[in-house]
Amino acid sequence: MRNKGTLRQILLITDGCSNQGEDPVAMAALAHEQGIAVNVIGVLNENAPEYHRQGLKEVEDIAMAGGGISQVVYTKQLAQTVKMVTQKAMAQTIKGVVNAELQQILGSKSTMEDLPPDKRGEVMEVVDEMGETMNLEVLVLIDASGSMEDKMLTVQESLLDLSISLNSRIGDNEFSIFAFPGKKKEVEELLSWSSKMDSIGKIFSKITLGGITPTGPAIKEGIAAFSRKRSAKRSFLSSDTPGYTNESGM
Amino acid sequence: MIPQDIRTSPVCKLSVGEEIRGKWNHSRYRVRRRLGYGATGAVYLADSDHGVVALKIGHDQMSITSEVNVLKRFSKVQGKVLGPSLIEVDDWLKGKVTYPFYAMEYLKGETLFEFLRNKSTEWAGILLVQLLTDLHTLHQAGWAFGDLKPDNLLVTGPPYRIRWIDVGGTTIMDRSIKEYTEFFDRGYWGKGSRKAEPSYDLFSAGMVMINLAYPSRFTKGNNPDRQLQEKIAASPMLKPYGALLEKAWNGKYRYAEEMRNELVLLLNANVNNQTPQKLNNSVHKPPSRQAQKKKKGSFLVETSLVFMFVFIVYLFYMLGQTM
Repeated sequence: MRNKGTLRQILLITDGCSNQGEDPVAMAALAHEQGIAVNVIGVLNENAPEYHRQGLKEVEDIAMAGGGISQVVYTKQLAQTVKMVTQKAMAQTIKGVVNAELQQILGSKSTMEDLPPDKRGEVMEVVDEMGETMNLEVLVLIDASGSMEDKMLTVQESLLDLSISLNSRIGDNEFSIFAFPGKKKEVEELLSWSSKMDSIGKIFSKITLGGITPTGPAIKEGIAAFSRKRSAKRSFLSSDTPGYTNESGM
Repeated sequence: MIPQDIRTSPVCKLSVGEEIRGKWNHSRYRVRRRLGYGATGAVYLADSDHGVVALKIGHDQMSITSEVNVLKRFSKVQGKVLGPSLIEVDDWLKGKVTYPFYAMEYLKGETLFEFLRNKSTEWAGILLVQLLTDLHTLHQAGWAFGDLKPDNLLVTGPPYRIRWIDVGGTTIMDRSIKEYTEFFDRGYWGKGSRKAEPSYDLFSAGMVMINLAYPSRFTKGNNPDRQLQEKIAASPMLKPYGALLEKAWNGKYRYAEEMRNELVLLLNANVNNQTPQKLNNSVHKPPSRQAQKKKKGSFLVETSLVFMFVFIVYLFYMLGQTM
């Protein structure tokens, strides 16, 4: 089979504003520059006051800078949203790649929408197939500030459900999970790259909730985790696939 | 950013009598009324040069294009009408925004719940047989339905026939299911993956039956297996199908036909135990079988006539030779 390349995503789940370290919007822009899409889900309490909702404006800004998708939801819709955001973001990235290809063939400013419906259908089949077969790396950043306490179980269930959906695809998946703040550091790795999330029940029990929200440093750490993985893979693959440069194009 | 609520989108706010014109084919559609809306757009009843049609207008190019692709495939599944047939695909320009839309055949009928309200209970089984027959055809063609639930089904007729109205979840076999609804999704109940395969649809088909007995549905408890058994035992309508539903739940059927045949046997057996009034209803098949036999009989007569004719001609020929 043709090598389809890899999609890289950060999925940030938070319920409030960052209050420590680098600007998360800037870090998201930095991630985007390196081919990593940053998606953000803002979680609201069922009886959240209006000022809280305002505070989640940052959610949208981070996703926009990170070339990803954002959504603000109530806790009970979380599972559905985690999947929807991940899948929409994948489709959006792939569509971006396809549109870039179309522009090379049809001239600048052509997108899928400019094609007649029949042709559009054919392009869509390609997009569908890429979404199904490309490899996917998702790095989950979980806000472990005190206010997240009553949402942790739902976050855990949502991630398990996400892995059921993604592991039903043909392409390979790898997940990694970080919490911020960590026990001793600002950001702590809970699960290093793995294709399964079955064991996350145990991981979640290790989380200790802290007072601060270092969102910026968390995204920065996420980028570092991706590049560590990339360099490990590169040294591993260097002999057989020298032309494997799909990495930064995404 | 994704719109939070489809109801606030302009595609849900078309007024009665409003005219829509396609950007590419220039066909006109006049809106009669809204039939419903879902995650990807709204469906209207509309008048057009092609007669009365159902018009689906969306705001997301990709999902509408996906649906159109599926409907196109459906028209290629040989000899069977599985979903509504696709009439035309186009874009609608409103101001500076382009909304994709497509026109399809308008299927008139009742929802499963409406239909069963004033019918005897064995109809639920018969509808499920029909559903499994269609699923088998679809699976043979290399597709899984995905989002199987009463909302996506309709009963047309008489003669009563179950039909699919929303095919947005239809997925190529072995890929991951595109769209699903928790209650009908085996992944939600912890009973397997979301890979498109016959057993995925058969699980949902069983849950459709359970939904008919529990219209308001129910959420997952701590022990889903026991929960299912209890729900079946508590419903007189589901009880006769208990073994069948559990097999579907546990992914024991590999093909739709397997489940269908078992259900037909079950329905026949139930009919024998019941009142003659109900017999009338379900012994639909025998007349057609008799007709088939008659056909077979006439075929035999025809063959022997042809043979006799050939034999007589041969006799004359022999006579001619010897004289």
